Amino acid sequence: MTGYIIKRLFAMIVTLWFIITLTFFLMHSIPGSPFNEERNTSEAVQRNLEKFYHLDEPLYVQYGMYLKSVVTFDFGPSIKKSSQTVNEMLGRGFPVSFELGIVTLIVAVFSGIALGIIAALRHNGIIDYLAMTIAVLGISVPNFVLATLLIQQLAVNLTILPVATWSSPKHMILPTLALATGPMAIIARLTRSSMLEVLTQDYIKTAKAKGLSPVKIVFKHALRNALLPVVTVLGSLAASILTGTFVIEKIFAIPGMGKYFVESINTRDYPVIMGTTVFYSTILIMMLFLVDIAYGVLDPRIKLHKKEGS
Amino acid sequence: MELRKQHDNHNLAPDIPDDWFVPKAKDQDEAEAVVRPSLSYWQDAWRRLLKNKLAMAGLFFLIALAFMAIFGPVISPHSVSEQSLANQNLPPSSKYWFGTDELGRDVFARTWYGARISLFVGIVAAMIDFAIGVIYGGIAGYKGGRTDNSMMRIVEILYGLPYLLVVILISVVMGPGLFTIIFALSVTGWVGMARIVRGQVLQIKNYEFVLASKTFGTKTSRIIKKNLLPNTMGPIIVQMTLTVPSAIFAEAFLSFLGLGIQPPFASWGSMANDGLSTILSGHWWRLFFPAFFISLTMFSFNVLGDGLQDALDPKLRR
Repeated sequence: MTGYIIKRLFAMIVTLWFIITLTFFLMHSIPGSPFNEERNTSEAVQRNLEKFYHLDEPLYVQYGMYLKSVVTFDFGPSIKKSSQTVNEMLGRGFPVSFELGIVTLIVAVFSGIALGIIAALRHNGIIDYLAMTIAVLGISVPNFVLATLLIQQLAVNLTILPVATWSSPKHMILPTLALATGPMAIIARLTRSSMLEVLTQDYIKTAKAKGLSPVKIVFKHALRNALLPVVTVLGSLAASILTGTFVIEKIFAIPGMGKYFVESINTRDYPVIMGTTVFYSTILIMMLFLVDIAYGVLDPRIKLHKKEGS
Repeated sequence: MELRKQHDNHNLAPDIPDDWFVPKAKDQDEAEAVVRPSLSYWQDAWRRLLKNKLAMAGLFFLIALAFMAIFGPVISPHSVSEQSLANQNLPPSSKYWFGTDELGRDVFARTWYGARISLFVGIVAAMIDFAIGVIYGGIAGYKGGRTDNSMMRIVEILYGLPYLLVVILISVVMGPGLFTIIFALSVTGWVGMARIVRGQVLQIKNYEFVLASKTFGTKTSRIIKKNLLPNTMGPIIVQMTLTVPSAIFAEAFLSFLGLGIQPPFASWGSMANDGLSTILSGHWWRLFFPAFFISLTMFSFNVLGDGLQDALDPKLRR
């Protein structure tokens, strides 16, 4: 197990380094510097600006400084909003985005699993079809469409919920719903199919033969095994929720990290783009790593297999 | 019990002589005749797909959407870019079937024009994924050993990358546009296909018929082409039907962030983005039509993909 963790840790660092380097060279392959656009600055001012942001150094020196800034997690000031540093922006935006992401993930996981279990237990019944229709619709409707529909119906027409911003639990309902539906649908489908498979296994028959109550069979015997495939997709689900926050934060005017990211893209604010990208990738790759480890812990067969392999 | 007793009695009946029992002449042709028509793998899969109503509905919608994407802009009495400032933001009517936008452009014509772009992005991205993924995964799986190890290490790294982030970064660098979107989607998109093909090839290459080919001295490229790929086609097709909607979604997502198709061209994503700002003023048709067709396309591809998955799974073959 330790060997496996070390191997995965190493792969994680390589992936991180790869995306950090990719980000750096992609940003620097853009012709021109961020200053010779809109503003009409004199050459002396421009040179001073470039010196301040170290844009006059050779590329490998800049790359070295960039790596150092990544390791120490200090991305320096924003180019377009000169009074703010990237760290300040991340510090302000991250808690909001984190809240949105975590609440969404919890809602998606619990409602998705519940829907999947119900559908599997009523296989080919009306409830099953209903649940799977909801699931297919949830996958098919893009979250920005769902978000606008929700705003239109619940906030504008019925005025039972606030339209935008992020100031009270009531404000959280619509963005969370819009963001959670897609992941929920994926989890529901996955839970249902793996639950159906598990329910035909011999040990479920044994449990039934022992006269266990249906509740105990489902929760103690079936669910534990049926949830393994769900754990494997958690990493990529977190990724889709995270990228979903860009759009949702834009629509609902939520002051999170996604808003800064989209803004920095539109204004070509390179330090902010790099800072947020590195930050996002770090979170995502850590999530994938944790999911992998969790899977190894939950499924003893994986552990055995890896030991034999290495 | 009762039945059996009767049967025994019958056999023991002494009044039927043994030579009454004459074996029926065997008709060689009749014995070997195939009663049920033999179905190839693909015919069988198609037969099972036909039974799946939801998948057939998906297929029907897709054909209809493709038809409208080709002929829709032609049918419409207005052209895609025709502006008419007198007819701004009109609701759907007999003159403007899907209404007009803030420049008086016909939403009907623009919706089907957008369908062209969205479907084009989805299908081209899926084809590129297919080409790269199959070659890469095929080689890695067939060669095995160290080649496989190092090739899959690269795939593992790419697979860990948050794909939409990479797509956004590339779009920022290359500037928005159709080519950028397809390029950006292909950079990370082929990885999933490569993994699937490699896994399949790894399994199939040990089967006897491949061994037989090898003993005949068949060239590696021919073995991959003739023996391995046809047998991995099922999972590959399923993967492709799932790639197309995710590419369409990514295009809509990028266009929605302002990184996709730029005006005066339209895609469903960029139309939805434009429509979003007007939804509060009651111009629902501007968001509704592109959003509805994005959802319908995603739905159709998803149910068709699910249906194909069931139809092409040899384990479910009956």
